[in-house]
Amino acid sequence: MRSYLPAYDMRVPLELDEALETMARAPGEWKPFAGGTDLMVLLEQGKLAHRKFLSVARLKGLYGFALTDDHVTLGAMITYRQVQATAILQQEFPLLCRAAYETGGIATQNRGTLGGNIANASPAADSPPALLVYDAELELVSARGARWVPYAGFHLDYKKLDMRPEEVIRNIRLPRTKKNWRQHYRKVGTRRAQAISKVCFAGAALVDGGEINDVRIALGSVAPTVLRCRKTEALLRGSLTTEMVRAACDELAREIQPIDDFRSTARYRTRVAQKLLAEFLLGLIAPPAGDRA
Amino acid sequence: MPEVRKVAVSFAVNGEPRTVEAYPMARLLDVLRQDLLLTGTKEGCGEGECGACSVLIDGELVNSCLVPVAQAEGSRITTIEGIAGETLHAVQEAFVECGGAQCGICTPGMVLAAVTLVGRQSAQPTEDDIRNGLAGNLCRCTGYMRIFEAVLQACEKSVGAGA
Repeated sequence: MRSYLPAYDMRVPLELDEALETMARAPGEWKPFAGGTDLMVLLEQGKLAHRKFLSVARLKGLYGFALTDDHVTLGAMITYRQVQATAILQQEFPLLCRAAYETGGIATQNRGTLGGNIANASPAADSPPALLVYDAELELVSARGARWVPYAGFHLDYKKLDMRPEEVIRNIRLPRTKKNWRQHYRKVGTRRAQAISKVCFAGAALVDGGEINDVRIALGSVAPTVLRCRKTEALLRGSLTTEMVRAACDELAREIQPIDDFRSTARYRTRVAQKLLAEFLLGLIAPPAGDRA
Repeated sequence: MPEVRKVAVSFAVNGEPRTVEAYPMARLLDVLRQDLLLTGTKEGCGEGECGACSVLIDGELVNSCLVPVAQAEGSRITTIEGIAGETLHAVQEAFVECGGAQCGICTPGMVLAAVTLVGRQSAQPTEDDIRNGLAGNLCRCTGYMRIFEAVLQACEKSVGAGA
């Protein structure tokens, strides 16, 4: 059933300071609202529990972009379309561009934002596995000041964030350390366009002379939060062997906690997650795509 | 439960300045159809899956069912009613010529999605660009091929006309 509209309020401030003051006066009373591509669905279904929203989509302070030798810093309101069109992201962070490309259709990509996707905290979101692989950091800001936190660990449990109710995400910072890593992203859903994932995989590995020196593995839709799989990563060092791939796939099945729901089953998700990991690892043995004839 | 009052929201719709009184979280889709009587914009799924409610905000394709009207303040909105000038838009011509419509519910959204493909790219979009550009618009009648052909034709003609 549709929601009763007079019960819902929204303010649309233009200045970040004004928004942060409003949030600081009564923490938790006003909740940030970005592109609305998820919250408006809940509103229409009559499932939007919170009633007072502060639109952050017009806040100029959330649209920053900075490039230094060490980092790319993206304002939280960067849309999926803008992610795909950003040259430095295409060159050095292809998994993020791929995730943005695979998120909904064009109309969703024009409204949905990276910051909104993080704060909405869906375990099935497409971009967070890529952000985990890239060791992203978040800048949280409130009327009292700003702080940087690692993105890994930001999702405490299903839809629970390590963030105070008066804070908003201002920036997402990506260290420029993975450029020469072999990278792989694959989303498995019911259809290529629009579908929300059954399993989503992002991986990157630093490979030198056939040896894995460092690796990142992260998945979506397999746990109450998007998940970086550190135990699986720990098994992947040195020359890749069949035994290592098998052991990593076994460990992955222990590390994830998928469920049965209307999109898929726990059994299918486990099987696909293992296949995606194996696909990534076997791809590391093959020459890089650019070297192929 | 405290009742929120309606607020005045101003924007330009198809080039004309308009002001509506609406609840801040009202869907832009409903404001367009019910307050401004622009019923060319259709409601399909109401959850951002089908694209029937597509409009352009500041030139960008969006699903109007997912936009709270308060967020549209100050924007430029284009609906299907604003696409044709004295004559039909090249995309609309191509839909007519290729038979790109049956029941018509998806057509306004399809046309708007196609207009952004034809209008924006300097180089001609590839077939993949077209498929991707229309992937957020569902049609339950045509099987898509005639829609696809119409958009391809419009793209080819616009590149030809621009040369």
